[in-house]
Amino acid sequence: MKIKKRFCHSYCLSGHPTLPCNVLKFKSTTIMLDCGLDMTSTLNFLPLPLVQSSRLSNLPDLSTVDVILISNYHCMMALPYITEHTGFSGTVYATEPTVQIGRLLMEELVNFIERVPKAQSASLWKNKDIQRLLPSPLKDAVEVSTWRRCYTMQEVNSALSKIQLVGYSQKIELFGAVQVTPLSSGYALGSSNWIIQSHYEKVSYVSGSSLLTTHPQPMDQASLKNSDVLVLTGLTQIPTANPDGMVGEFCSNLALTVRNGGNVLVPCYPSGVIYDLLECLYQYIDSAGLSSVPLYFISPVANSSLEFSQIFAEWLCHNKQSKVYLPEPPFPHAELIQTNKLKHYPSIHGDFSNDFRQPCVVFTGHPSLRFGDVVHFMELWGKSSLNTVIFTEPDFSYLEALAPYQPLAMKCIYCPIDTRLNFIQVSKLLKEVQPLHVVCPEQYTQPPPAQSHRTDLVIDCQPPATSYRRAEVLTLPFKRRYERIEIMPELADSLVPMEIKPGISLATVSAVLHTKDNKHVLQPPPRPAQPTSGKKRKRVSDDVPDCKVLKPLLSGSIPVEQFVQTLEKHGFSDIKVEDTAKGHIVLLQEAETLIQIEEDSTHIICDNDEMLRVRLRDLVLKFLQKF
Amino acid sequence: VCGASVGSGAGQDVGRSCILVSIAGKNVMLDCGMHMGFSDDRRFPDFSYITQSGRLTDFLDCVIISHFHLDHCGALPYFSEMVGYDGPIYMTHPTQAICPILLEDYRKIAVDKKGEANFFTSQMIKDCMKKVVAVHLHQTVQVDDELEIKAYYAGHVLGAAMFQIKVGSESVVYTGDYNMTPDRHLGAAWIDKCRPNLLITESTYATTIRDSKRCRERDFLKKVHETVERGGKVLIPVFALGRAQELCILLETFWERMNLKVPIYFSTGLTEKANHYYKLFITWTNQKIRKTFVQRNMFEFKHIKAFDRAFADNPGPMVVFATPGMLHAGQSLQIFRKWAGNEKNMVIMPGYCVQGTVGHKILSGQRKLEMEGRQVLEVKMQVEYMSFSAHADAKGIMQLVGQAEPDSVLLVHGEAKKMEFLKQKIEQEFRVNCYMPANGETVVLPTSPSIPGGISLGLLKREMAQGLLPEAKKPRLLHGTLIMKDSNFRLVSSEQALKELGLAEHQLRFTCRVHLHDTRKEQETAMRVYSHLKSILKDHCVQHLPDGSVTVESILIQAAAPSEDPATKVLLVSWTYQDEELGSYLTSLLKKGLPQAPS
Repeated sequence: MKIKKRFCHSYCLSGHPTLPCNVLKFKSTTIMLDCGLDMTSTLNFLPLPLVQSSRLSNLPDLSTVDVILISNYHCMMALPYITEHTGFSGTVYATEPTVQIGRLLMEELVNFIERVPKAQSASLWKNKDIQRLLPSPLKDAVEVSTWRRCYTMQEVNSALSKIQLVGYSQKIELFGAVQVTPLSSGYALGSSNWIIQSHYEKVSYVSGSSLLTTHPQPMDQASLKNSDVLVLTGLTQIPTANPDGMVGEFCSNLALTVRNGGNVLVPCYPSGVIYDLLECLYQYIDSAGLSSVPLYFISPVANSSLEFSQIFAEWLCHNKQSKVYLPEPPFPHAELIQTNKLKHYPSIHGDFSNDFRQPCVVFTGHPSLRFGDVVHFMELWGKSSLNTVIFTEPDFSYLEALAPYQPLAMKCIYCPIDTRLNFIQVSKLLKEVQPLHVVCPEQYTQPPPAQSHRTDLVIDCQPPATSYRRAEVLTLPFKRRYERIEIMPELADSLVPMEIKPGISLATVSAVLHTKDNKHVLQPPPRPAQPTSGKKRKRVSDDVPDCKVLKPLLSGSIPVEQFVQTLEKHGFSDIKVEDTAKGHIVLLQEAETLIQIEEDSTHIICDNDEMLRVRLRDLVLKFLQKF
Repeated sequence: VCGASVGSGAGQDVGRSCILVSIAGKNVMLDCGMHMGFSDDRRFPDFSYITQSGRLTDFLDCVIISHFHLDHCGALPYFSEMVGYDGPIYMTHPTQAICPILLEDYRKIAVDKKGEANFFTSQMIKDCMKKVVAVHLHQTVQVDDELEIKAYYAGHVLGAAMFQIKVGSESVVYTGDYNMTPDRHLGAAWIDKCRPNLLITESTYATTIRDSKRCRERDFLKKVHETVERGGKVLIPVFALGRAQELCILLETFWERMNLKVPIYFSTGLTEKANHYYKLFITWTNQKIRKTFVQRNMFEFKHIKAFDRAFADNPGPMVVFATPGMLHAGQSLQIFRKWAGNEKNMVIMPGYCVQGTVGHKILSGQRKLEMEGRQVLEVKMQVEYMSFSAHADAKGIMQLVGQAEPDSVLLVHGEAKKMEFLKQKIEQEFRVNCYMPANGETVVLPTSPSIPGGISLGLLKREMAQGLLPEAKKPRLLHGTLIMKDSNFRLVSSEQALKELGLAEHQLRFTCRVHLHDTRKEQETAMRVYSHLKSILKDHCVQHLPDGSVTVESILIQAAAPSEDPATKVLLVSWTYQDEELGSYLTSLLKKGLPQAPS
């Protein structure tokens, strides 16, 4: 067990590689890496709380988690479950855009879910005939009503208040033992990879990164170098699709439908890829002659999302950043709104029903098609083959999402846009960064089940990546050897370095170790205590030296001739030297003293004459080096 | 050693800031301001202070600009393009955005209006800004392998930052201008307990402990309201960015609440642009504005309209915000000249004015001003000074010193007398050294940084384990070997050091003969030695081995009988050099003889 403690453990709490939730134990600090909410279970309808599932009962007590590091706003959706319903009392670290947009995603989710009882549209799936078509475990689910309900806005606010905001490349000290640093990951506004390091070990946590040039600040690769371990999660879910090609297809399908008088429905999240899509449309609609087609963005947080996107210039790619210096809004959707081409509404009720013109393009959520205003549009437009639904979010299988709406006349186009790393980019990245070990979910070490022949769709690195699976405890493959220590200047001044080999010097150190808040400081030894005034009667045992004060080790050898000369110089006479099998014996006949000298040892045998012994000792020590 | 030289002009003067800091062999220039009160060579700092020989680029590791006010960045294009500096210049994003605009504005007034020669050009401003690297708050920027800098929020104006400059374990914090109380549009400065060797703080308001913000605001509104009620015009000279926005928010909400119809104008040019910067950099404003910006953007003003030059002659009351803030040039000065003769009017100076400016003159009571062309302007309008400029007051400065816990403090950007007062206060309260160098003076602070190294985990665990033992109350000595290779220091156990260097241990052993008078047999002598040592050495492991020898820890004691004298026994005490102290102690103890055995 003792040896084990020197290692660093990693617990995996999520089976979903793009919505990770890992717990890392490193130098007595427990760090949770992300807490994504596996929303694919919403395809079974309501979200299943990830962390409270009985399957995870063997996992560490969440009250022992010291900190949670969030890498992007998609990976914090389970946060209220952890901060509000477990004993968790630590700190959560995330960037400001992550928190603000994460809040919007949660707010939208809560809003959608709270609307559900009133919304007749969401009851369709409960029909027994349809439920049978649904994937298990939903089709086997009996008491659907007992499923855990979604968190409330109150819980969201409380959870978010526990987050401490951090900036890229900010060094955050945890208990003096560990330092964590977020780095730009290039995937979303404020998205980050994390470095978890001590002075001698470095773990990189790469989660949801992108090398493509979209709106966020580019990925910081250089800072990932020299990692002992690189934990790799959040790769693209659609490794075979090229995001650029998908955007092209999105635009052409959209144009085709609208020209034919049909409507386009884009189920989407209220932040992220939608900014890029709006930018593409901004450039595309005029050339495609679609400038009169209204774009609607319907979400309870649509306005906030569009507004927030414009105030995070510092987190955007260089192009967008420099726009702010003009000063102009970084995203062109400001202009789309100004020219009335893009309109946003909190829901389909109210103003929207008055303004609504067809044909049109509607961006709305939720991309699972299980709740939110998208359900209304599926029902409204599903029966006409003129209309098209274009799936751009990669999180949900579009076939499963569509299942309850079948039969459907509407056209379905699948253009998943997932800008996260694909396997080719991963290979390039790992070659560039060169971590000693790679750790990843087991899904990444074998081809996807549907494409088992694609052996290229795995992580390829040397040494092979160590994989983990859900609920597994992984011992990270490195051993700590050193700990940081500070040598006080007074002590440093007293050291006497000695060059042993060219460029290498040694100094023996006798010092007092002080440890406080996981920081170790070496201080000079206390000066020998002044003899007390003698009021106290000394006991014999007070004189007993502390046997734990060890003298240094010695090294070197003693050349006999020189040693004898030295003895003579110091007034010894009557010296006789005898050769033995292994060395020599130096006899001081008068003093009845004998010194056995061998290659690696010296033995002084004498009468109990302390003065003599100490003199001889010091002469011997002159020839030896202390360690 | 860390030295701060107030190289070129921020010492006991509020004119301009430019400080040179040398820390552990790195040279950093803090701010590059110009003096608003001069229009000759004295306007720019004297950069020959920095280095007499050689290029500035070679000498300086970086330049840091704390915020966009011209007394902190006004000389930057002169410095980088005309004197010549090609190294990195660090500032925050909002500063990077706004700085070139103010520089260009200033250049236009100086060159186009006043016709000054030997001034930087528009192109030079652009080239200078290309050398800028933008930093985020709290981001640790690695300037090179050893030098790192970190920005903290300073309030004061949009994008203002304090900077920590760190090399190894030595660090300096430079505050620039800051304020410790949030205002209507910005938050309060904040720094963590970073314990720098030196804190360089501005001390503009070194002696003032200002009344509450609320009182000042009420006062301001009352004065503005009274003046417009009696039909007077109010001129508020401001800089386009900063205090202007705070006062606009203040008046906007007041106008709304009181349902006033008197027009408020903001002099054209920068206005709209300025407000736009505030909208786009809203994350740099205060909590309240950030929270509500989606519903209501505080920088979209309903009551405040763009000013046209012709409006100045309109009859009836009005309020005009005009630039620049010290009445030294431009629109504010033009309007001032028009309105100065009417006692119904009022000019409110919301900030500090540098010596030599019209603003400074009227604030010091001058009522007859000599203008260009020997004209004399008589000032009849009311002159009010309201300190809205966001500098920390004495209380705020003390608060910041308390937050950062520096080893010493250096005061700059203030007036000598006031600084002296604050210096005493800081020295009293925090028991740290406080300096206030004059322009061109250098302060040198010796530091003794501890040396970082590594300790092998094996050695550390061994020590920690023993540290847990109950008798470990008194400090114990740790023994090891420090291996120094290049600048890498590792402390390892002696055994490991020998092993790593491929050296064999040389064992030094002593065997001492102690003669005892004892007629009993050797075995019994050994037994007596055992009981004697056992009774004295309570904390040590004393054992009597089956072969008759006695051990104390690793020290071996054997009893022998020399053949010639049966009444004498010889104790052979044998120990290695590592047990030197105990071995030596035992021989002297045994030499004293054994206690009489109970018969």
